[in-house]
Amino acid sequence: MAAPTLEPAQAQQAAARAASTCSVQVRQLVQVFEHDRPPVLDRIDLDVAPGEFVCLLGASGCGKSTLLSLIAGLGTPTSGSIEVTVGRPALMFQEAALLPWLTAAGNVELALKARGVGRGERAADAERLLTLVNLSGQGRKRVHELSGGMRQRVALARALAQDSRLLLMDEPFAALDAITRDALHEELVRLWSEQQLSIVFVTHNVREAVRLGQRVLLMSSRPGRIVREWQVGLSQPRVIESPGVSALATEITHHLRAEICRHAR
Amino acid sequence: MHVDNDSLVTSPSTSPVTEDPWAFEAGLDALETPTPPPRPGPAKVFLRSVLPPAVAVAAFIALWQLAYSVGLRPSYALPSPLDVLHTFGQTVRDGRAWEAISISVSRGALGFAASVVVGTVLGLAMWRSRWLRAALGPFVSGLQSLPSVAWVPAAIIWFGLSDAAIYAVVLLGAVPSIANGLLAGFDQVPPLLDKVGRVLGLGTLGRVWHVLLPAALPGYLAGLKQGWAFSWRSLMAAELITYSPALGIGLGQQLNIGRELNAMDLVIASIALILVVGVAIELLVFAPVERRVLRERGLTVAHTR
Repeated sequence: MAAPTLEPAQAQQAAARAASTCSVQVRQLVQVFEHDRPPVLDRIDLDVAPGEFVCLLGASGCGKSTLLSLIAGLGTPTSGSIEVTVGRPALMFQEAALLPWLTAAGNVELALKARGVGRGERAADAERLLTLVNLSGQGRKRVHELSGGMRQRVALARALAQDSRLLLMDEPFAALDAITRDALHEELVRLWSEQQLSIVFVTHNVREAVRLGQRVLLMSSRPGRIVREWQVGLSQPRVIESPGVSALATEITHHLRAEICRHAR
Repeated sequence: MHVDNDSLVTSPSTSPVTEDPWAFEAGLDALETPTPPPRPGPAKVFLRSVLPPAVAVAAFIALWQLAYSVGLRPSYALPSPLDVLHTFGQTVRDGRAWEAISISVSRGALGFAASVVVGTVLGLAMWRSRWLRAALGPFVSGLQSLPSVAWVPAAIIWFGLSDAAIYAVVLLGAVPSIANGLLAGFDQVPPLLDKVGRVLGLGTLGRVWHVLLPAALPGYLAGLKQGWAFSWRSLMAAELITYSPALGIGLGQQLNIGRELNAMDLVIASIALILVVGVAIELLVFAPVERRVLRERGLTVAHTR
């Protein structure tokens, strides 16, 4: 079913990464919210290598957003460990979550200020970051004067302003139209390679996961476990319409559906 | 159209993704950027917003004049518009109007300032303490619907015919609105914004200063605006009843003098002045601030008046 370049490799991957230094190392992570229900996350092991682009895929309720929040330090796991070796990770949401009383540049500058960048350097730094996301000269615009795609790029610039090597993304493009999403896919892949970022990208869109990731992890729901993993052997830049992406997406969709079917009563 | 992976790399000139990605994105931006509705020209503003109320005022005065001319009521009970204007002109010329305005506005400003301090502290305390909010919330909301004139007798018994009695009534009238406005402002802050503050690494104080307070500002401003309206009303109720030579003659007291002298022209002139001063302060002080805050966030001004 899969093209020859694609190999579902799990054991060999895990072994190769175990010893190396990771951007994130998650070990036996368990998160329980209600005690009479299955854990939201169940014994999750996840290693992300420096510069790696990992996509987490799963149906609703598989705990992928919870996992990201925990890695971002926004909660305390019930048990298990999370080790982030590259400083405070940046996190992007489905909504741009920009502060509407600030300009585009003001939003980026707040991240710079939080990081301790001096007042004098912030304006130039913000403009440089906005240029990275193709918004040069638009810094003075207010949030409501920007389109959805532009807002998400300001959020991306704000995340980059944290100067973190690790970028966590929680379905960041799910609310955008297909054309804009396409543009942002290109942009993200370009920034990922230019800035040597490690990215953990959560999505429920299989094609998007294959379009972007070097590795795609499939999670089950209730309990949330990583049940399967694929190495995407396609080189970037890819296009979402390419046969290679299609073939792997078809295979992964098959497994995703099988996971969902387990919940039928 | 299917393009295999190799051709993307080797023959970019024929691939569908070879157009400049920057231009593609810039084009999308140009197409998708929301265009603000054009500002209406001065003629349109005049036709829409200035002319209708002007016509209404003119019609009201014409009806009034008509009622006077046909002798609907004896002229001591219903003076003509010109009589009232004449009386008003007299109070302006002999300084009574200015004195009354300055006494009432300074009382209103001081009372409102005290209400802002008390209301803000109360609102903050109720926001910080769930218990306090559960305990006081119903009373604060209930006080908002109690006409503050009901406090006047109590205030006079406690404080006598003094400024303290007047300020007590103003505070009881305005504080609940301000505290509730601040609480509503905090309640409206999307939890996601606080999460953003934490992701950016802001501490508790940093999040309060950079995220929470600015996010709560529109609700707080609405509470302040309502608080001013309630201050002014409470002040007039208090001035109308607490009459004493030591207190000076504010607008409310001037209104009461008109009643005691059976001088309907002075009564109407005073009512008009109270209305105009109250509305003018709202339009000159609160409306511009509120409009600015809402406009920079892309929100429209709610038409509450």
